[in-house]
Amino acid sequence: MSEQKPAWMEMGLSSEEYAKICDILGREPNYLETGLFAVLWSEHCSYKHSRPVLKNFPTEGKYVIQGPGENAGVVDIGDGQALVFKVESHNHPSAVEPYEGAATGVGGVARDIFTMGARPIAALNSLRFGSLEDPRVRHLFSGVVEGIGGYGNRLGTPVVGGDIFFHPSYQGNPLVNAMCVGLVDHKRIVRGLAAGPGNLVVAAGAKTGRDGIHGCTFASEEFSEETEAPDVQRGDPFLESLLIEACLELMEKGYVVGIQDMGAAGLTSSSAEMAGRAGTGIEIDVSLVPQRDEGMTPYEVMLSESQERMLLVIEPQHRQVVMDIFAKWGVEAAVVGRVTEDGIYRVLDGEIVVAEIPVKALTDSPVRYPEQREPEYYQRLRNWKPDDLPVPEDLNSVLLKLLSSPNIASKEWVYIQYDHQVMLNTIVGPGADAAVLRIKGTKKGIAMTTDGNPRYCYLDPSRGGAIAVAEAARNLSCVGAEPLALTDGLNFGNPEKPEIFWQIKQVVEGMSEACRSLEIPVVSGNVSLYNETKGEAIYPSPVVGMVGLLPDVKRCTTSAFKDSGDLVVLLGKFHPQLGASEYLAVIHGLEQGEVPEIDLAEEKQVQLCCRELIREGKIKSAHDCAEGGLAVAIAECCIPGQRGATINLPFAGREDALLFGEVQSCILVTCTPRELDSVLKTAEKAGVTAAVLGETGGRHLIIRDRAERALINQHIEEMEKVWRGSIASYF
Amino acid sequence: MKFGVVFFPGANAADCFYVIDQLIGHPVSPIQPEERELDGFDCIVLPGGFSYGDYLRAGALAAATPVIEQIADFAEQGGLVLGIGNGFQILLNTGLLPGAMRKNESLRFRCHDVFLRVENSRTPFTNRYHQGEVIKYPIAHGEGNYYIDSEGLAQLEQNGQVVFRYCNEQGEVIPAANPDGSVRNIAGICNVKGNVLGLMPHPERCSEEILGNTQGLRLFLSVLDWWGIHTQEGVMTDE
Repeated sequence: MSEQKPAWMEMGLSSEEYAKICDILGREPNYLETGLFAVLWSEHCSYKHSRPVLKNFPTEGKYVIQGPGENAGVVDIGDGQALVFKVESHNHPSAVEPYEGAATGVGGVARDIFTMGARPIAALNSLRFGSLEDPRVRHLFSGVVEGIGGYGNRLGTPVVGGDIFFHPSYQGNPLVNAMCVGLVDHKRIVRGLAAGPGNLVVAAGAKTGRDGIHGCTFASEEFSEETEAPDVQRGDPFLESLLIEACLELMEKGYVVGIQDMGAAGLTSSSAEMAGRAGTGIEIDVSLVPQRDEGMTPYEVMLSESQERMLLVIEPQHRQVVMDIFAKWGVEAAVVGRVTEDGIYRVLDGEIVVAEIPVKALTDSPVRYPEQREPEYYQRLRNWKPDDLPVPEDLNSVLLKLLSSPNIASKEWVYIQYDHQVMLNTIVGPGADAAVLRIKGTKKGIAMTTDGNPRYCYLDPSRGGAIAVAEAARNLSCVGAEPLALTDGLNFGNPEKPEIFWQIKQVVEGMSEACRSLEIPVVSGNVSLYNETKGEAIYPSPVVGMVGLLPDVKRCTTSAFKDSGDLVVLLGKFHPQLGASEYLAVIHGLEQGEVPEIDLAEEKQVQLCCRELIREGKIKSAHDCAEGGLAVAIAECCIPGQRGATINLPFAGREDALLFGEVQSCILVTCTPRELDSVLKTAEKAGVTAAVLGETGGRHLIIRDRAERALINQHIEEMEKVWRGSIASYF
Repeated sequence: MKFGVVFFPGANAADCFYVIDQLIGHPVSPIQPEERELDGFDCIVLPGGFSYGDYLRAGALAAATPVIEQIADFAEQGGLVLGIGNGFQILLNTGLLPGAMRKNESLRFRCHDVFLRVENSRTPFTNRYHQGEVIKYPIAHGEGNYYIDSEGLAQLEQNGQVVFRYCNEQGEVIPAANPDGSVRNIAGICNVKGNVLGLMPHPERCSEEILGNTQGLRLFLSVLDWWGIHTQEGVMTDE
């Protein structure tokens, strides 16, 4: 075990940071003050490593009402309505206590949404886990899924989508990123400001206990043998549902000046950030904070991460009516402080001042500029060429093997544990390219998805980042939605390692480039670093959560082949590559080669074309060509449609590359023979290549090459069995 | 004829309210759990969800609220009571319907479509269905594994109190079609008089074209039909 270190070092501050604190205060900080700095200057709260990099993201656009810097991003969806959304990680807690870790992740991000005045209407989850062969991974995975359901279902917010990727790099450090989407009228948007000196500060919700103290500094360290996990917080979704109703009523009645969730670093970060944004000071008396445990010190009260707590700023004359509304909903609330004008963050314990720090010093944390270095593996792995790779004899069994790979297989085992229908808005639920919800009282719909291929991001972080954005947008386009904006969940290893910091920079650069080309700004996000176990980092794992708009929700489509006798058309240039593919990993045990190229200008046109075809009702199905390549993509349309297809590939190349090579900017659509001309014309007008591949029908998927040799001849039932049953077979 | 939907905190009352108010367009009022006065209501809906978080046992806390204390009298006087999902669990907790709920056999929450066979189409809630008709409803529950002892079961069967059973698309009541382990694939039951129905599947979630399924709407329309016929013929049993 470690030797006795000074408190500031134990709390994760560097010696330079500690010196700077002494300099700011003109004295040494006391224990509590040190703790306040440690949490607010932690990576989790301050983004001190990632801030300069994140500046790359475009954050403005015609739909943006609120970009990064608030509790969540806000985009306009017309009719005076807006969507509020954000993704947040709960990786470290989920690795320790999967059920509660995931549950509180769902609860935490939902609070970020209703904090803005919005009612949560949908939740999504992006999960990254090790191999299901490992019993510990199965335990974690099963617990996380149960935790997401346990919280989301009780909250009454439908869990409508997400994505899952399995890879050994997550064996000891799974990723759990939860996204929440809320609906609000423009005029009801509320921000996290502690404005108006003399106003009162109210803590509402759960009592403050000793749980989760230093959770965010814990989240800013690597896991090692010595890591001591703090108590993981426990979630109470019922209390949260009451908090939602109480807070939304208060906001609707105009009693809320500012409001913020007490998330990471609890009372400390919420109060300091609210004062920081408003340019005010704030005073908190810990003796007034309702406490669950006896004998809590000011330090414990300030740093507790007990769940389901909100901090509100209200005007003094509304004190009684606010308390009455909380009481009506059975939510405990207490005035715990006031807004001041001196710009000082002051903590009192009754009469005694126990901490006194300029607000700006807490919120303007020092920025770190770590070294970056291209990792040794990068050139070596990308230079690999598939020339010596043997083409498998039996391509049918390769297809089945890919369909049963957990990365491709149906995630049904997971999502049937989530209530995805509550609120009666779900038009397209989980398992589709993107989820679609109607907005009651209007014609329109919204679509949402999460995406990110960690293997691409490892082998080529910049291109992988760009693809993550492009694929999310493509998935929205496949259901007919125009992408509006995205929220980013950036999960990486230890940024103090130059190779990791290089990955971060490259991924963000790639994402930013795609955001600019596709005109999709970043409006909110979350950074989770130090995702390592015993010095081994996870694959670079950006998660893109994106929302889109459908002007007419009745004009949306899914991947399923709808009728027999329809034509299968491929939109986009088809140049499949074996590098970085799921096929290469699953069948040949190799993770190398060049990541599929992406031409963002072409991507934009393909998506535009697909959306136009859907809106004009010319196509019956649309599906993105992704992991597993063209053969898997077609199979994924056959299975839910319960009908086969006969495909005659008009392309040349090695068979495995044609069938399973991966490619960007390609969408499979179907239309009636009568509509074909019109579909091809629309594509031509958009400058998009379109190729007729074959026809739907029968009970088999048959794929022939140019010499009319059947490469694939597979019964749907056989494909469905392995695809649907794969993940369930581990449990 | 007036509907009331009980708004237990933690329950999804808004969904049932929406269906009656917006889709059927019939008068409906929210009822608070503290309400003791149920005069003026003809059909009370106990909605699905997680009333009071379902922390103790599904439906247990809601069963001890003032409104539920009045429900027995209300039902006794012939009022219609419809418990969906959590509402069914509450009715079991109050004893208005016999039997009990256990956790799903899989021990996991399940949300997906199921097929149901209508076993009794003579109730106020099912008269728009045909006897033996196979319909598709979604389920969304973690505690829907219905249990009743053999004596109770015999009575249920004998009295025609089993209203819905899980089946496959062809209407066969087989173990593979049972999503939660319920005794005899039971998905919904009524009391002897037939005016209290509890079911685990969610008719309110399949009552609108845009959601892809309207088979649940007929359950709500059945209530209106029954009421219309009932009052026309002037055979109000208890008033």
